[in-house]
Amino acid sequence: MAESSMLTETIRDIVQHHGGMPTRLLQILRDVQDRLTWLSPETLERVAEELSISPNKVRSVAEFYSFLYTTPRGRYDILFSDNITDRMLGNRELLHYLCSRLKVSIGETRADGLVTVGTTSCTGMCDQGPAALVNGYTLTRLNPSRLDGIANLIESRIPLAEWPRELFEVYSNLRRADILLGRHFADGSALRAGLKRGPEAIMEEMVKSGLRGQGGAGFGSAAKWISCRNAPGNVKYVVCNADEGEPGTFKDRVLMQDFADLVFEGMTLCGRVIGAQHGFVYLRGEYRYMLNPLKAILQRRREAGLLGEAILGDASFNFDIEIHLGAGAYVCGEESALIESLEGKHGVPRIRPPFPTTHGYLNKPTVVNNVETFAAAAKIAVEGGDWFASRGTAQSKGTKLLSVSGDCERPGIYEYPFGITVHQVLEDCGAHDAQGIQMAGPAGHMISAQQFGRRICFEDLATGGSFMVFDQKRDILDGVRNFAHFFVHESCGFCTPCRVGTSLMRDLIDKVHTGHGTRYDLEEMCKLGRIMQAGCHCGLGQTAPNPVLDSLDQFPEAYERRLRSTAYEPAFDLNAALEEARQLTGRSDPGAYLNEEDLLVGAMP
Amino acid sequence: MSGEPSFTLDGQQIPFQEGQTVMQAALEAGVYIPHLCFNPEFTPHGSCRVCLVKVNNRMQAACTTPAAGGQTVQSETEELREIRRGILQMLFVEGNHVCPACEKSGACQLQAVAYYVGMLAPHFKHFYPRRPVDASHPDAVIDFNRCIMCELCVRASRDVDGKNIFAVEGRGIQAHLVVNTPSGQLGATGFSLHDKAAQVCPTGSILTKHRGYDIPIGQRLYDRKPINVVGDVAQLPDSQGGRRHD
Ligand SMILES: Cc1cc2nc3c(=O)[nH]c(=O)nc-3n(C[C@H](O)[C@H](O)[C@H](O)COP(=O)(O)O)c2cc1C
Ligand code: SF4
Ligand code: SF4
Ligand code: FES
Ligand code: FES
Repeated sequence: MAESSMLTETIRDIVQHHGGMPTRLLQILRDVQDRLTWLSPETLERVAEELSISPNKVRSVAEFYSFLYTTPRGRYDILFSDNITDRMLGNRELLHYLCSRLKVSIGETRADGLVTVGTTSCTGMCDQGPAALVNGYTLTRLNPSRLDGIANLIESRIPLAEWPRELFEVYSNLRRADILLGRHFADGSALRAGLKRGPEAIMEEMVKSGLRGQGGAGFGSAAKWISCRNAPGNVKYVVCNADEGEPGTFKDRVLMQDFADLVFEGMTLCGRVIGAQHGFVYLRGEYRYMLNPLKAILQRRREAGLLGEAILGDASFNFDIEIHLGAGAYVCGEESALIESLEGKHGVPRIRPPFPTTHGYLNKPTVVNNVETFAAAAKIAVEGGDWFASRGTAQSKGTKLLSVSGDCERPGIYEYPFGITVHQVLEDCGAHDAQGIQMAGPAGHMISAQQFGRRICFEDLATGGSFMVFDQKRDILDGVRNFAHFFVHESCGFCTPCRVGTSLMRDLIDKVHTGHGTRYDLEEMCKLGRIMQAGCHCGLGQTAPNPVLDSLDQFPEAYERRLRSTAYEPAFDLNAALEEARQLTGRSDPGAYLNEEDLLVGAMP
Repeated sequence: MSGEPSFTLDGQQIPFQEGQTVMQAALEAGVYIPHLCFNPEFTPHGSCRVCLVKVNNRMQAACTTPAAGGQTVQSETEELREIRRGILQMLFVEGNHVCPACEKSGACQLQAVAYYVGMLAPHFKHFYPRRPVDASHPDAVIDFNRCIMCELCVRASRDVDGKNIFAVEGRGIQAHLVVNTPSGQLGATGFSLHDKAAQVCPTGSILTKHRGYDIPIGQRLYDRKPINVVGDVAQLPDSQGGRRHD
């Protein structure tokens, strides 16, 4: 009884701290879990009661996000980042090593409830992996000796706050700066320019700049702002997409870590232009370590008159920013799923149209832009649209931040004018032996060495920023398989071709990868891929088959090698195996032959 | 006549009213586009993807795409039939569908649409998920093995019955239908056979107890005529072999 009233008390406090707002459900569940390590059915009921919403709404959120647990979890919860770049750096060996040190199996909670060790999708530390999260906080550059230290800290039950800081150190690895990162930016200068010249003039500069969305899709940013500005209604919102879930991407992390003022200023400027007073940063759960530092920067900006009421002394300029933390869901990077998540729901993409510019957060007109887009907008307000447009190509103005990782000497962030060749990037990052690049992440494209002359820009190779290098020693199919598993884990489950197709694709690639595939399986993969590309509800499912389709096209030998080995194994040629029996029984009728269809197809419905 | 907006669907002129989707306009004009999660009485959902069409050469779900004047829509092409067939094949392997033993066989929209798009075998590898059957309610059984997660029962119970009995939980391939009670049992809810939610399931997931095999297999709704001619089982009254009772 006492225990249950304590539970109620704890939950009531947290809910009240969040103003009792159902839109903050995800944040509430995160905080409750921080206190209780997991979300029991009773806990979820209480949360629903305190918020006066239906219990199934709370459960559907709790069941959706990877970082929310509805089964008991250890007091120390360790999740190894399991992107292909972590694997290249030996994360699997380290994972097994830690599990054996702690005497716990992967994905399970130790009997004493002290620790759980599992895996998670890319945590955005590809240039300093292998990485992991402990209770959501980033651990970098793992190696056996660091893991020894971690195992001791856990066994000694040392609170996380007392762990050595160096375990959590995140480097920026800024390798090449151009106009965005290279020039000093004085805080407030974009807002001063905005006030002095007025919203129309700022929009004109945006139009001149030719800035396109840096999240990957490349939608014209000026057009987006104008459409939202012209949308009816006087309550509007600005949303900064800092979900950065695309494996291999970490440039938004560096922007938020080292250039947060620039990003916040771009958001505030956008608020001024479209007439919004409220902004959100949707920060991926993996970047939790930045939450408090970012809140401190927001506070400093308020005190400096750059945020909040009467910005720069102008009574008509009010804008504030709130940070929402995600909880492990790649699909929430999709702008309409992100908005659902901001509203406290599970992250299923909405039907579009209508688009967020007219029906976004709480159905109000909303601009959703990538972190880098807001940073560029702030610079454009100060330096002018022509200045920005002087870099880049005809259709892709300005610069692009690339997150370079994988097999190279100098992984990190490279800012280039659009139009740079893949070849140049490889040279600069010290990748001497590349056989292929996964461009723009698993959702993007895999290219082989014949295509390294191609240019990075919307006219040729578009990218959100992920650039993963595979050298000659690598097996391309290791990457393809890793990506196929990623998409199974991240599908939201709403639409049929993605929910089911990602699993079917994973099974096929697993089969081929382990040497059991046939040419028929490759055809199946192509067919399945086409259905997913054509039929899925959102970009996640539509792009999920890309790694398979691209690698079949660009690296056919990686598949051939495996099929050939199976061709030599008579066990896989059942018809040949039956030949002897046919001769013995003297049969040659169709019934004496197996066809492949019969082997794979079950009973008729 | 000349002032009315219209689009072309496989060469045929389809008039529409502002605000209608391609699907709504086509149905009203008597042209069938296969569908499962769409039901004209509910807000479109866009999840099954069976209604894929090409609108001005772009793949879109007919049930969620607003009709616009001058659009060119393709539906009955071999390319689309193949994609639709693939999607149906996915639904059949995702759950456990044992048609010959199913009480809904012959009056099942899923089965009828499968036949319509030319799907004769499940094709992909079966998942054989372990899903329960819930017979806790005195009048109805829920067999989760046959659920395709169209969320029609969810929408009907929430938006029409005002009971909010069903929901989908989980992510990705783990997503599944649940009954909104702590026990998860239908018997613990106020579900009734008169609910709209009892009439909308396009598969054999929500079944009426004590009424098995009233109409012999072979003489059921879709045994006689294909779905593009008779329409959805949820839209037809009891007396015609449908599920609807007003
Ligand atoms: C599955 C999926 C994941 C996405 N993830 C991100 C992301 O992490 N960050 C991002 O800025 N855009 C992401 N996007 C693109 C967004 O939907 C949206 O286009 C973008 O935030 C718009 O900002 P921009 O115009 O400044 O690029 C994603 C899209 C999809 C389909
Ligand atoms: S629900 Fe329909 S398709 Fe499924 S088994 Fe029953 S009759 Fe067959
Ligand atoms: S039970 Fe029927 S109506 Fe409900 S989601 Fe499943 S298939 Fe759709
Ligand atoms: S489940 Fe997300 S695209 Fe289909
Ligand atoms: S009927 Fe259109 S997506 Fe299901």
